[in-house]
Amino acid sequence: MSDLELRGVTKAYGAAQVIKGVDLHVAQGEFCVFVGPSGCGKSTLLRMISGLEPISGGEVRIGGEVVNHLGPAERGLAMVFQSYALYPHMTVRQNLSFGLENLRAPKSEIAERVTAAAQMLQIDKFLDRRPKDLSGGQRQRVAIGRAVVREPRIFLFDEPLSNLDAELRVEMRGEISRLHRRINNTMIYVTHDQVEAMTMADKIAVLRDGRLEQFGRPLDLYNTPDNTFVAGFIGSPRMNFFKGHVRGGAVTLDAGTTVPLPAGKFQLAEGAAVTLGIRPNGMKPGNAGLPLTVASVERLGGESYLYGTAPDGTAVTVHSPGQTRIEPGTQIALALDADDAHLFSTDTTRSLLRKDA
Amino acid sequence: MTPFLTRTRGRQRLHWTDWLAYAYLCLGVLLMFGPVLWLVISSFKTERELQHYPPRLLPYVQKMEKVPGYSDPLPVFKVTAGPLAGQEVAQVRRIGIVSQVVRPDAPQTIVKVPIKDRKPVEHVALATSNYAKLFKRFNFFQFFYNSTFITVVATIITLLINSMAAFALSKYDFRGRGTVMALIIGTLMIPPTVVLVPLFLIVRDFGMIDTLWGVIIPGAATPTGVFLLRQYMLTIPDEILDAARMDKASEWKIYWRIILPLSAPALAVLAILSIMWRWNDFLWPLIALQRQEHFTLQLALNSFRGEFNTDWASLLAMTVLTLVPIVAVFAFLQKYIATGIASTGGK
Amino acid sequence: MLKLITPFMQIVDVPMRALQGLLGPRRLAWVFLLPNLFVFGFFTFLPVILNFFYATTGSDHILLQDRPFVGMTNFGQLMNCQSYLDPNTCQIDVFWRAVHNTLWFIVLQVGFMVVFSMITALILNRKIRARGFFRAVFFFPVLLSPVVVALVWKWILQDQGALNAVLDYLGYPTVNWLLSPTWAFAWSIFLSVWFHMGFYTLILLAGLQAIPRDVYEAAAMDAASPWRVFRKITLPLLMPTMVVVMVLALIKGVQTFDEIYAFTGGGPGSATTLVIQYIYQNGFSAAPRLFGLASAASILVAIVLVALTAVQLWITRRNANG
Repeated sequence: MSDLELRGVTKAYGAAQVIKGVDLHVAQGEFCVFVGPSGCGKSTLLRMISGLEPISGGEVRIGGEVVNHLGPAERGLAMVFQSYALYPHMTVRQNLSFGLENLRAPKSEIAERVTAAAQMLQIDKFLDRRPKDLSGGQRQRVAIGRAVVREPRIFLFDEPLSNLDAELRVEMRGEISRLHRRINNTMIYVTHDQVEAMTMADKIAVLRDGRLEQFGRPLDLYNTPDNTFVAGFIGSPRMNFFKGHVRGGAVTLDAGTTVPLPAGKFQLAEGAAVTLGIRPNGMKPGNAGLPLTVASVERLGGESYLYGTAPDGTAVTVHSPGQTRIEPGTQIALALDADDAHLFSTDTTRSLLRKDA
Repeated sequence: MTPFLTRTRGRQRLHWTDWLAYAYLCLGVLLMFGPVLWLVISSFKTERELQHYPPRLLPYVQKMEKVPGYSDPLPVFKVTAGPLAGQEVAQVRRIGIVSQVVRPDAPQTIVKVPIKDRKPVEHVALATSNYAKLFKRFNFFQFFYNSTFITVVATIITLLINSMAAFALSKYDFRGRGTVMALIIGTLMIPPTVVLVPLFLIVRDFGMIDTLWGVIIPGAATPTGVFLLRQYMLTIPDEILDAARMDKASEWKIYWRIILPLSAPALAVLAILSIMWRWNDFLWPLIALQRQEHFTLQLALNSFRGEFNTDWASLLAMTVLTLVPIVAVFAFLQKYIATGIASTGGK
Repeated sequence: MLKLITPFMQIVDVPMRALQGLLGPRRLAWVFLLPNLFVFGFFTFLPVILNFFYATTGSDHILLQDRPFVGMTNFGQLMNCQSYLDPNTCQIDVFWRAVHNTLWFIVLQVGFMVVFSMITALILNRKIRARGFFRAVFFFPVLLSPVVVALVWKWILQDQGALNAVLDYLGYPTVNWLLSPTWAFAWSIFLSVWFHMGFYTLILLAGLQAIPRDVYEAAAMDAASPWRVFRKITLPLLMPTMVVVMVLALIKGVQTFDEIYAFTGGGPGSATTLVIQYIYQNGFSAAPRLFGLASAASILVAIVLVALTAVQLWITRRNANG
């Protein structure tokens, strides 16, 4: 049980820098999710924390102690791999006990811990089977079990659910969350799926191109994204972005509509190029507002999504609760809810929200 | 029966080309199996039978009979002419062209019969006398032990050091890996046949000439083995190794607890190849081993060939004993070997 | 098995752990490579270098310091011929006889071998009953030792052997096969083809089976005759495998020694002496031991082998890329 701190951590392969200085503090017992598109460096960062990947610069501290020079085994961590990486030639029991044997734990203690972990993860019936005789979900449990028996200071998960089908993924998501509540350990979880991040995390770290874009609680990220990238990445369907300019306390969109802004909420400079972000549920089909040509309609029964384009060509997604009568091909007007709007500088992509507000 | 035989899997009836194909294959069976079978049959013939010309297909043994008054069983003949014509007699001794025989029912009266008037009474039977003689007169077990020792030890060493090298070359990214790979490809081009003289000097300097180790060590690092194992190990996911590292396994432990068991199929192929190479190896042992007590079976066979060209009896028996182990082992593993050899180019 | 090796591996683990701490996991790779490189180094690379020393020095001493430098004399002697086509005009006529024998040997052996393995592979590739059995039949001589193969055929070909008995029975004159230079040479080729054919059959069979079935089905839709299918589809698609087989057979053909030496001892005379046997005899069997000549000859052989192997690697790489 320890906290984790990264200080200016970098990683370079020759001239190519893949991690460009990450500062991060994960408090003890926190469930932290690294999320970002593929290639953003989140897995590399996790492997650097684990010790499997050497660190080019900066410091990794676990429980306050710098562990840069320690090998993966000495850091007291456990990892669940994307492919599970179970030892195919060993039974489930041997898979679970291999690490403890390497730590030279006494036989009785190994047996005890293996049984306890197996019961907790409901794999005690499969202890003498080999991985190839297990289903995907069971393998996943074994992989987690292998981490649990080690009683590590920090758990690392590397996209552990990406090989499961959708239903199982939801189930395992709950399972891992329950596990966290139960043993209340620090966990670092890497995923490219923002739904996983939102549902499981205490804290989310959004990464892009080897940089930390934002770090915070899930709803903070959702409500006050620091930049357009985070705003677009967190939340599904993704936020709509409209280009425009500040004109007297309001934004005039390139699409032609003017949206008034709440006074004092944003730092506004007259004439500045800005990007207005509105989530799909921040807009309603109405009598007046932004004209939209509906291209297609998804009717899910309880809710509907409209997909269309604004006059300037911007693709727009609208969430509409309940069932809608709007047909593809029709032209509608959207009422924008300015209270839900986010405003970003088009040049820097950064949020224009006043911090003090 | 006929439709069963003449139906092929695809068409209903055999085409004439199918007949031709089966004819070819049957000829093949005769030509490939026949000679070896002939050798095996011949090895079970008595020395007398081996000198029989024209040779007969099956091994015959002369009937022997215990006659009162004589300590050893006597060979039985059938008399073809003279007063005893048609009777079976036992030969006591032969002097020139005259054979002294007795009737089994009257063992005291010796009768003289010209040898052209008698014919041995024979029946088909396997004579094991050649094998008995081989064990009695020659150091067969010594040769067998030498061959076995070389084969087993060399195979173990080959598996061990080749898998270690393959592990390093497949799972580590270190400086100089490309160079090492190139060097190993290079050794594919240099078969031992072209470096015999200096190899002899080096093995001599190591004090291994005329020892079994002098045969074992020089061929222990095979480029084929390294390649075969490396190709296989590349298919083992690196994540499993990482998982083991997280489990606090040392690199050596990863090698023998994870990599070795997971490479078992490739190791089996290499083991089979190595056993075959070593058991059948000839040229290098011929040079490296000098005293007869260090000879392998192959060398012993070859030296018999020169020493007493006519002692086919022992030679045949020994040949059979040399080929039996390898054929026996491989009868069970035929499929494995075939794929193994095809995938590596044999050597 | 595991129980047997576990204690050994655990003992090795102690120094390896220490080395891992000392070197780090990356440089530990060299430790894993070490035994193999040691053997390669001493018993393959070092001999290659020393071979040049032997080839450029004279006398029958084995120790290098006892051998006077003679430059290219050994090569000069080997190559000293009025006509390379006639071994009798050469200073070292035995060598050139061996070269001639080897050339004829590999041309005929590789030729017959490719033809017969091709026929066998094509037949085995048909829809045939007991295919596994027939494949095993053709393959099994590959497992035998060269000496055993030689003895098997010597037993049949000896003066009072089975073949002469059959000839006798059919009313043909018998021949003392291994005492006739021509026949001994012919039977050497036969024996070698018999011995190795199964191996190449197997490779060709794999090549045939790698040709996708739908190509043949398409040809059947195009109403191609069997002969045209063979000429226009099978043969071109099998060509890469054929070339590999040919080059492999050439490489092994040049190195032929064991089975022929055990079969005829190189005789009668030098009728079946091949180049490797020449090297063996000069260096190891007959006195004086002319290590220089043997090494020089082996370097000439090595040049041929390296060239052939380079061709082979080039072809396999081209096949792999194409």
